[in-house]
Amino acid sequence: MIPPAFEYLRPNSIPEAIALLEQHGDDAKILSGGQSLIPMMKLRLARPAYLIDINRISGLSFIKEEDGFLKIGGLTREAELEVSPLIRAKYPIILDTVRVIADPQVRNLATVGGNLAHGDPANDHPATMLALDAQVVATGPGGERAIPIGEFFLSVFSTALQPGEILTEIRVPVPPTRSGGAYFKLERKVGDFATAAVAAQVTLDDGGVAQRVGIGLTNVGPKPLAAKKAEDSLRGKKIDAASIRQAAQLAAEEAQPSSDLRGPAEYKRGLVKELATRALTRALERARK
Amino acid sequence: MATKQQVRVKLNGRERQADVEPRMLLVHFIREVLQLTGTHIGCDTSHCGACTVLLNGKTVKSCTMFAVQADGGEILTVEGLSKDGQLHPLQEGFKEEHGLQCGFCTPGMLMSSYALLQNNPRPSEGDIRWGISGNLCRCTGYQNIVRAVQFAAAKMAHGGTK
Repeated sequence: MIPPAFEYLRPNSIPEAIALLEQHGDDAKILSGGQSLIPMMKLRLARPAYLIDINRISGLSFIKEEDGFLKIGGLTREAELEVSPLIRAKYPIILDTVRVIADPQVRNLATVGGNLAHGDPANDHPATMLALDAQVVATGPGGERAIPIGEFFLSVFSTALQPGEILTEIRVPVPPTRSGGAYFKLERKVGDFATAAVAAQVTLDDGGVAQRVGIGLTNVGPKPLAAKKAEDSLRGKKIDAASIRQAAQLAAEEAQPSSDLRGPAEYKRGLVKELATRALTRALERARK
Repeated sequence: MATKQQVRVKLNGRERQADVEPRMLLVHFIREVLQLTGTHIGCDTSHCGACTVLLNGKTVKSCTMFAVQADGGEILTVEGLSKDGQLHPLQEGFKEEHGLQCGFCTPGMLMSSYALLQNNPRPSEGDIRWGISGNLCRCTGYQNIVRAVQFAAAKMAHGGTK
Protein backbone atom coordinates (compact mmCIF):
# COMPACT_ATOMS: atom_id res chain seq x y z
CA MET A 1 0.00 0.00 0.00
CA ILE A 2 1.37 3.35 -1.01
CA PRO A 3 0.24 6.41 0.95
CA PRO A 4 -1.28 9.42 -0.83
CA ALA A 5 1.21 11.99 -2.12
CA PHE A 6 2.44 14.68 0.27
CA GLU A 7 5.12 17.34 0.43
CA TYR A 8 7.96 16.46 2.75
CA LEU A 9 9.38 19.17 5.01
CA ARG A 10 12.34 18.67 7.30
CA PRO A 11 12.88 21.57 9.72
CA ASN A 12 16.07 21.76 11.77
CA SER A 13 14.67 23.56 14.80
CA ILE A 14 11.49 23.74 16.84
CA PRO A 15 10.70 27.37 15.84
CA GLU A 16 11.08 26.35 12.20
CA ALA A 17 8.74 23.37 12.73
CA ILE A 18 6.16 25.58 14.48
CA ALA A 19 6.31 28.13 11.66
CA LEU A 20 5.62 25.35 9.16
CA LEU A 21 2.71 24.10 11.28
CA GLU A 22 1.24 27.60 11.40
CA GLN A 23 1.71 28.07 7.67
CA HIS A 24 0.02 24.80 6.66
CA GLY A 25 -2.56 24.41 9.44
CA ASP A 26 -4.79 21.36 9.24
CA ASP A 27 -3.10 20.20 6.03
CA ALA A 28 0.07 19.34 7.96
CA LYS A 29 0.98 16.53 10.33
CA ILE A 30 4.08 16.08 12.44
CA LEU A 31 6.09 13.00 11.49
CA SER A 32 7.79 11.62 14.58
CA GLY A 33 8.35 7.84 14.76
CA GLY A 34 5.65 7.37 12.15
CA GLN A 35 4.63 3.97 13.46
CA SER A 36 0.98 4.98 13.83
CA LEU A 37 0.82 7.76 11.24
CA ILE A 38 2.30 5.85 8.28
CA PRO A 39 -0.04 2.85 8.66
CA MET A 40 -2.96 5.30 8.89
CA MET A 41 -1.79 7.07 5.73
CA LYS A 42 -1.55 3.74 3.91
CA LEU A 43 -5.16 3.02 4.88
CA ARG A 44 -6.22 6.56 3.85
CA LEU A 45 -7.37 7.22 7.41
CA ALA A 46 -4.99 10.18 7.35
CA ARG A 47 -4.19 12.23 4.22
CA PRO A 48 -1.92 15.10 5.25
CA ALA A 49 -0.77 17.30 2.35
CA TYR A 50 2.41 18.14 4.26
CA LEU A 51 4.52 16.02 6.56
CA ILE A 52 6.79 17.92 8.91
CA ASP A 53 9.57 15.51 9.86
CA ILE A 54 10.92 16.49 13.30
CA ASN A 55 13.38 13.59 13.51
CA ARG A 56 16.42 15.75 12.66
CA ILE A 57 15.72 18.36 15.33
CA SER A 58 18.33 18.00 18.05
CA GLY A 59 17.58 18.32 21.74
CA LEU A 60 14.23 16.53 21.66
CA SER A 61 15.51 13.16 22.85
CA PHE A 62 16.49 12.77 26.50
CA ILE A 63 15.68 10.93 29.74
CA LYS A 64 16.76 12.78 32.89
CA GLU A 65 15.72 13.84 36.37
CA GLU A 66 15.66 17.59 36.91
CA ASP A 67 13.77 20.00 39.20
CA GLY A 68 11.79 17.20 40.84
CA PHE A 69 10.65 15.68 37.54
CA LEU A 70 11.59 12.80 35.33
CA LYS A 71 11.81 14.55 31.97
CA ILE A 72 11.42 12.57 28.78
CA GLY A 73 11.98 14.30 25.44
CA GLY A 74 9.11 14.08 22.99
CA LEU A 75 11.29 12.36 20.39
CA THR A 76 12.74 9.76 22.78
CA ARG A 77 12.35 6.30 21.23
CA GLU A 78 10.62 3.52 23.12
CA ALA A 79 13.77 1.41 22.69
CA GLU A 80 15.78 4.10 24.50
CA LEU A 81 13.48 3.94 27.51
CA GLU A 82 13.78 0.14 27.47
CA VAL A 83 17.55 0.27 28.05
CA SER A 84 17.73 3.44 30.15
CA PRO A 85 19.46 2.73 33.50
CA LEU A 86 17.37 5.47 35.15
CA ILE A 87 14.08 3.95 33.95
CA ARG A 88 15.22 0.43 34.89
CA ALA A 89 16.26 1.53 38.39
CA LYS A 90 13.50 3.94 39.37
CA TYR A 91 10.51 3.65 37.05
CA PRO A 92 9.50 -0.01 36.75
CA ILE A 93 5.96 0.99 35.73
CA ILE A 94 7.39 2.73 32.64
CA LEU A 95 9.61 -0.27 31.88
CA ASP A 96 6.58 -2.59 32.20
CA THR A 97 4.75 -0.35 29.73
CA VAL A 98 7.51 0.01 27.17
CA ARG A 99 8.18 -3.71 27.00
CA VAL A 100 4.63 -4.46 25.84
CA ILE A 101 4.44 -1.71 23.22
CA ALA A 102 4.43 -3.19 19.71
CA ASP A 103 7.63 -5.12 18.90
CA PRO A 104 11.41 -4.47 18.79
CA GLN A 105 11.52 -2.92 15.31
CA VAL A 106 8.59 -0.61 16.01
CA ARG A 107 10.08 0.39 19.38
CA ASN A 108 13.30 1.43 17.60
CA LEU A 109 11.36 4.18 15.82
CA ALA A 110 8.22 4.83 17.87
CA THR A 111 8.43 7.79 20.24
CA VAL A 112 6.94 8.48 23.64
CA GLY A 113 5.68 11.86 22.43
CA GLY A 114 3.93 10.27 19.47
CA ASN A 115 2.36 7.60 21.65
CA LEU A 116 0.68 10.38 23.67
CA ALA A 117 0.06 13.00 20.96
CA HIS A 118 -1.67 10.47 18.72
CA GLY A 119 -4.53 10.42 21.27
CA ASP A 120 -5.28 6.76 20.63
CA PRO A 121 -7.05 5.18 23.64
CA ALA A 122 -5.43 1.87 22.64
CA ASN A 123 -1.89 3.21 23.16
CA ASP A 124 -0.09 2.18 26.33
CA HIS A 125 1.72 5.27 27.69
CA PRO A 126 -1.45 7.31 28.31
CA ALA A 127 -2.72 5.05 31.12
CA THR A 128 0.71 4.93 32.72
CA MET A 129 1.13 8.70 32.50
CA LEU A 130 -2.35 9.12 34.04
CA ALA A 131 -1.31 6.86 36.91
CA LEU A 132 1.90 8.87 37.35
CA ASP A 133 0.07 12.22 37.15
CA ALA A 134 2.43 13.43 34.42
CA GLN A 135 2.41 16.70 32.53
CA VAL A 136 2.74 17.15 28.81
CA VAL A 137 4.80 20.08 27.60
CA ALA A 138 3.51 21.66 24.41
CA THR A 139 5.66 24.16 22.54
CA GLY A 140 3.91 26.59 20.23
CA PRO A 141 4.21 30.09 18.76
CA GLY A 142 3.74 31.61 22.24
CA GLY A 143 6.33 29.41 23.94
CA GLU A 144 5.92 26.45 26.27
CA ARG A 145 2.96 25.38 28.38
CA ALA A 146 2.54 22.38 30.65
CA ILE A 147 -0.74 20.49 30.32
CA PRO A 148 -1.80 18.16 33.17
CA ILE A 149 -2.24 14.70 31.70
CA GLY A 150 -5.77 14.54 33.10
CA GLU A 151 -6.72 17.39 30.74
CA PHE A 152 -4.74 16.19 27.73
CA PHE A 153 -6.95 13.49 26.17
CA LEU A 154 -10.22 14.85 24.79
CA SER A 155 -11.63 12.01 22.68
CA VAL A 156 -10.51 9.44 20.12
CA PHE A 157 -7.41 10.85 18.33
CA SER A 158 -8.07 14.24 19.86
CA THR A 159 -5.87 15.97 22.45
CA ALA A 160 -5.47 19.39 24.05
CA LEU A 161 -2.61 20.22 21.67
CA GLN A 162 -3.51 23.38 19.74
CA PRO A 163 -2.79 23.86 16.04
CA GLY A 164 0.79 25.09 15.90
CA GLU A 165 1.85 23.21 19.01
CA ILE A 166 4.30 20.30 19.23
CA LEU A 167 4.59 17.89 22.14
CA THR A 168 8.20 18.43 23.20
CA GLU A 169 8.49 16.88 26.65
CA ILE A 170 6.77 14.68 29.22
CA ARG A 171 7.27 15.47 32.92
CA VAL A 172 6.65 12.87 35.59
CA PRO A 173 6.89 14.00 39.23
CA VAL A 174 9.75 12.04 40.82
CA PRO A 175 7.94 9.58 43.09
CA PRO A 176 8.67 9.92 46.82
CA THR A 177 10.17 6.97 48.72
CA ARG A 178 7.75 4.10 49.37
CA SER A 179 6.27 4.50 45.89
CA GLY A 180 5.70 1.73 43.40
CA GLY A 181 3.86 1.12 40.18
CA ALA A 182 3.10 -1.53 37.60
CA TYR A 183 1.44 -1.99 34.21
CA PHE A 184 -0.44 -5.14 33.26
CA LYS A 185 -1.67 -5.69 29.70
CA LEU A 186 -3.46 -8.53 28.00
CA GLU A 187 -2.67 -8.69 24.29
CA ARG A 188 -3.56 -11.46 21.84
CA LYS A 189 -0.05 -11.50 20.44
CA VAL A 190 3.12 -9.37 20.45
CA GLY A 191 2.41 -6.19 18.56
CA ASP A 192 -1.33 -6.14 19.13
CA PHE A 193 -3.13 -3.38 20.93
CA ALA A 194 -4.32 -4.18 24.44
CA THR A 195 -7.55 -6.10 24.83
CA ALA A 196 -7.36 -4.17 28.10
CA ALA A 197 -4.55 -2.91 30.31
CA VAL A 198 -4.24 -1.25 33.70
CA ALA A 199 -1.53 1.02 35.14
CA ALA A 200 -1.32 1.55 38.90
CA GLN A 201 0.97 3.74 40.97
CA VAL A 202 0.84 4.07 44.78
CA THR A 203 2.76 6.04 47.39
CA LEU A 204 2.62 4.90 51.03
CA ASP A 205 3.42 6.79 54.24
CA ASP A 206 5.55 5.42 57.12
CA GLY A 207 2.62 3.45 58.45
CA GLY A 208 1.78 1.89 55.10
CA VAL A 209 -1.24 4.12 54.44
CA ALA A 210 -1.78 5.14 50.81
CA GLN A 211 -0.98 8.84 50.31
CA ARG A 212 -1.36 8.88 46.57
CA VAL A 213 -2.98 6.42 44.19
CA GLY A 214 -3.11 6.64 40.40
CA ILE A 215 -4.93 4.14 38.20
CA GLY A 216 -5.09 4.41 34.40
CA LEU A 217 -7.01 2.20 31.95
CA THR A 218 -6.04 1.37 28.36
CA ASN A 219 -8.41 0.68 25.46
CA VAL A 220 -11.62 0.43 27.44
CA GLY A 221 -13.23 3.71 26.45
CA PRO A 222 -13.24 6.52 23.89
CA LYS A 223 -10.12 7.93 25.56
CA PRO A 224 -7.54 6.80 28.11
CA LEU A 225 -9.34 6.76 31.46
CA ALA A 226 -8.31 7.49 35.03
CA ALA A 227 -10.25 5.20 37.41
CA LYS A 228 -11.01 8.00 39.88
CA LYS A 229 -13.46 6.14 42.13
CA ALA A 230 -11.02 3.28 42.47
CA GLU A 231 -8.24 5.76 43.33
CA ASP A 232 -10.46 7.49 45.93
CA SER A 233 -11.39 4.18 47.53
CA LEU A 234 -7.75 3.47 48.38
CA ARG A 235 -6.45 6.92 49.30
CA GLY A 236 -5.92 7.32 53.05
CA LYS A 237 -6.31 3.59 53.63
CA LYS A 238 -4.01 0.71 54.26
CA ILE A 239 -3.85 -1.21 51.01
CA ASP A 240 -4.50 -4.90 51.45
CA ALA A 241 -6.06 -7.74 49.49
CA ALA A 242 -9.60 -6.71 50.48
CA SER A 243 -9.23 -3.03 49.57
CA ILE A 244 -7.49 -3.97 46.32
CA ARG A 245 -10.44 -6.24 45.45
CA GLN A 246 -12.84 -3.39 46.09
CA ALA A 247 -10.81 -0.88 44.07
CA ALA A 248 -10.49 -3.34 41.18
CA GLN A 249 -14.26 -3.76 41.16
CA LEU A 250 -14.71 0.03 41.03
CA ALA A 251 -12.16 0.30 38.19
CA ALA A 252 -14.12 -2.33 36.24
CA GLU A 253 -17.31 -0.30 36.76
CA GLU A 254 -15.58 2.89 35.60
CA ALA A 255 -14.33 1.24 32.39
CA GLN A 256 -16.39 1.98 29.26
CA PRO A 257 -15.43 -0.92 27.00
CA SER A 258 -17.15 -1.73 23.74
CA SER A 259 -17.47 -5.13 22.11
CA ASP A 260 -15.16 -5.76 19.16
CA LEU A 261 -12.90 -8.42 17.66
CA ARG A 262 -10.90 -8.53 20.89
CA GLY A 263 -13.93 -9.58 22.90
CA PRO A 264 -17.30 -8.60 24.29
CA ALA A 265 -17.61 -5.61 26.60
CA GLU A 266 -18.41 -7.68 29.68
CA TYR A 267 -15.31 -9.82 29.15
CA LYS A 268 -13.18 -6.67 29.00
CA ARG A 269 -14.79 -5.35 32.17
CA GLY A 270 -13.83 -8.59 33.87
CA LEU A 271 -10.32 -8.21 32.50
CA VAL A 272 -10.01 -4.71 33.94
CA LYS A 273 -10.91 -6.09 37.36
CA GLU A 274 -8.29 -8.83 37.16
CA LEU A 275 -5.57 -6.63 35.65
CA ALA A 276 -6.26 -3.88 38.22
CA THR A 277 -5.89 -6.45 41.00
CA ARG A 278 -2.55 -7.59 39.58
CA ALA A 279 -1.27 -4.07 38.91
CA LEU A 280 -2.20 -2.80 42.38
CA THR A 281 -0.73 -5.88 44.06
CA ARG A 282 2.56 -5.51 42.17
CA ALA A 283 2.60 -1.73 42.78
CA LEU A 284 2.18 -2.37 46.51
CA GLU A 285 5.02 -4.93 46.54
CA ARG A 286 7.29 -2.46 44.77
CA ALA A 287 6.32 0.40 47.10
CA ARG A 288 7.24 -1.71 50.12
CA LYS A 289 10.71 -2.57 48.82
CA MET B 1 2.97 14.91 -7.94
CA ALA B 2 4.90 16.06 -4.92
CA THR B 3 8.37 17.49 -5.22
CA LYS B 4 10.97 14.76 -5.58
CA GLN B 5 13.66 14.61 -2.96
CA GLN B 6 17.20 13.41 -3.24
CA VAL B 7 17.97 10.43 -1.02
CA ARG B 8 21.56 9.36 -0.40
CA VAL B 9 22.28 6.23 1.59
CA LYS B 10 25.13 3.86 2.18
CA LEU B 11 23.60 0.50 1.28
CA ASN B 12 25.64 -2.53 2.36
CA GLY B 13 28.74 -0.34 2.30
CA ARG B 14 28.09 1.28 -1.10
CA GLU B 15 27.04 4.88 -1.63
CA ARG B 16 23.77 5.05 -3.54
CA GLN B 17 21.47 7.93 -4.39
CA ALA B 18 18.27 8.64 -6.25
CA ASP B 19 15.50 11.22 -6.48
CA VAL B 20 12.21 9.85 -5.20
CA GLU B 21 8.71 10.95 -4.34
CA PRO B 22 8.37 11.57 -0.59
CA ARG B 23 5.65 8.94 -0.34
CA MET B 24 7.97 6.17 -1.53
CA LEU B 25 8.40 3.65 1.26
CA LEU B 26 11.91 2.57 2.17
CA VAL B 27 11.18 -1.03 1.15
CA HIS B 28 10.19 0.06 -2.37
CA PHE B 29 13.30 2.24 -2.57
CA ILE B 30 15.48 -0.73 -1.68
CA ARG B 31 13.70 -3.25 -3.93
CA GLU B 32 12.69 -1.19 -6.94
CA VAL B 33 15.07 1.75 -7.11
CA LEU B 34 18.23 0.18 -5.72
CA GLN B 35 17.22 -3.23 -7.11
CA LEU B 36 17.99 -5.41 -4.11
CA THR B 37 15.04 -7.78 -3.75
CA GLY B 38 16.26 -9.83 -0.79
CA THR B 39 14.19 -7.63 1.51
CA HIS B 40 10.63 -8.92 1.29
CA ILE B 41 7.24 -7.26 1.50
CA GLY B 42 4.99 -9.45 3.62
CA CYS B 43 1.97 -7.98 5.32
CA ASP B 44 2.72 -4.37 4.35
CA THR B 45 1.02 -3.34 7.60
CA SER B 46 3.93 -3.36 10.05
CA HIS B 47 3.05 -6.72 11.61
CA CYS B 48 5.15 -9.45 10.01
CA GLY B 49 8.73 -8.14 9.96
CA ALA B 50 9.64 -9.65 6.55
CA CYS B 51 10.84 -6.20 5.44
CA THR B 52 13.19 -5.72 8.41
CA VAL B 53 16.48 -3.98 7.58
CA LEU B 54 19.08 -2.25 9.74
CA LEU B 55 19.15 1.53 9.55
CA ASN B 56 22.13 3.02 11.37
CA GLY B 57 22.55 -0.24 13.27
CA LYS B 58 18.94 -0.60 14.40
CA THR B 59 16.20 -2.79 13.01
CA VAL B 60 13.30 -1.04 11.34
CA LYS B 61 10.33 -2.23 9.31
CA SER B 62 11.11 -0.74 5.92
CA CYS B 63 7.41 -0.86 4.93
CA THR B 64 6.67 1.64 7.70
CA MET B 65 9.21 4.31 6.92
CA PHE B 66 9.64 6.67 3.98
CA ALA B 67 12.83 6.50 1.93
CA VAL B 68 13.36 10.26 2.50
CA GLN B 69 13.64 9.57 6.24
CA ALA B 70 16.65 7.32 5.63
CA ASP B 71 18.55 10.08 3.80
CA GLY B 72 22.14 10.19 5.02
CA GLY B 73 21.85 6.85 6.77
CA GLU B 74 23.54 3.48 6.55
CA ILE B 75 21.38 0.54 5.57
CA LEU B 76 22.21 -3.14 5.91
CA THR B 77 20.04 -5.66 4.09
CA VAL B 78 20.25 -9.43 3.88
CA GLU B 79 22.49 -9.06 0.81
CA GLY B 80 25.10 -7.40 3.01
CA LEU B 81 25.48 -10.30 5.45
CA SER B 82 27.81 -12.61 3.54
CA LYS B 83 31.45 -11.59 3.11
CA ASP B 84 33.73 -12.70 0.29
CA GLY B 85 31.36 -15.44 -0.80
CA GLN B 86 31.23 -16.86 2.73
CA LEU B 87 27.84 -17.16 4.36
CA HIS B 88 27.39 -15.26 7.61
CA PRO B 89 27.23 -17.65 10.61
CA LEU B 90 23.53 -16.80 10.91
CA GLN B 91 22.89 -17.80 7.31
CA GLU B 92 24.85 -20.97 7.91
CA GLY B 93 22.84 -21.60 11.08
CA PHE B 94 19.50 -21.24 9.26
CA LYS B 95 20.79 -23.73 6.66
CA GLU B 96 22.21 -26.25 9.12
CA GLU B 97 19.33 -26.13 11.60
CA HIS B 98 16.54 -25.96 9.01
CA GLY B 99 15.52 -22.51 10.23
CA LEU B 100 13.24 -22.08 7.22
CA GLN B 101 10.81 -23.89 5.03
CA CYS B 102 9.27 -21.49 2.53
CA GLY B 103 11.92 -18.86 3.27
CA PHE B 104 9.69 -15.83 2.95
CA CYS B 105 10.30 -14.53 6.48
CA THR B 106 13.99 -15.46 6.44
CA PRO B 107 15.56 -12.14 5.36
CA GLY B 108 13.72 -10.34 8.16
CA MET B 109 14.51 -13.09 10.66
CA LEU B 110 18.19 -12.86 9.72
CA MET B 111 18.28 -9.09 10.17
CA SER B 112 16.51 -9.16 13.55
CA SER B 113 18.79 -11.99 14.71
CA TYR B 114 21.83 -10.10 13.45
CA ALA B 115 20.87 -7.00 15.46
CA LEU B 116 20.22 -9.19 18.51
CA LEU B 117 23.68 -10.81 18.35
CA GLN B 118 25.39 -7.44 17.86
CA ASN B 119 23.96 -6.27 21.20
CA ASN B 120 23.87 -9.59 22.99
CA PRO B 121 26.41 -12.12 21.67
CA ARG B 122 25.37 -14.84 24.13
CA PRO B 123 21.58 -14.69 24.23
CA SER B 124 19.42 -17.09 26.22
CA GLU B 125 16.58 -18.85 24.45
CA GLY B 126 14.25 -16.25 25.97
CA ASP B 127 16.41 -13.43 24.64
CA ILE B 128 16.27 -14.92 21.15
CA ARG B 129 12.50 -15.28 21.24
CA TRP B 130 12.26 -11.69 22.50
CA GLY B 131 14.65 -10.52 19.76
CA ILE B 132 12.56 -12.05 16.96
CA SER B 133 9.19 -11.18 18.52
CA GLY B 134 8.55 -8.68 15.73
CA ASN B 135 8.98 -11.30 13.00
CA LEU B 136 6.33 -13.83 12.03
CA CYS B 137 7.03 -17.28 10.57
CA ARG B 138 4.16 -19.45 9.38
CA CYS B 139 6.23 -22.62 8.75
CA THR B 140 8.70 -23.51 11.45
CA GLY B 141 6.94 -22.90 14.74
CA TYR B 142 10.12 -20.93 15.54
CA GLN B 143 11.91 -23.90 17.14
CA ASN B 144 14.48 -24.27 14.40
CA ILE B 145 14.90 -20.54 14.06
CA VAL B 146 15.88 -20.37 17.72
CA ARG B 147 18.35 -23.23 17.13
CA ALA B 148 19.75 -21.46 14.08
CA VAL B 149 20.47 -18.33 16.10
CA GLN B 150 22.05 -20.44 18.86
CA PHE B 151 24.22 -22.11 16.20
CA ALA B 152 25.39 -18.71 14.97
CA ALA B 153 26.02 -17.36 18.47
CA ALA B 154 28.18 -20.39 19.27
CA LYS B 155 30.09 -20.13 16.01
CA MET B 156 30.68 -16.39 16.39
CA ALA B 157 31.86 -16.90 19.98
CA HIS B 158 34.52 -19.24 18.62
CA GLY B 159 36.04 -16.59 16.41
CA GLY B 160 33.66 -16.70 13.46
CA THR B 161 32.95 -13.56 11.48
CA LYS B 162 30.99 -10.72 12.97
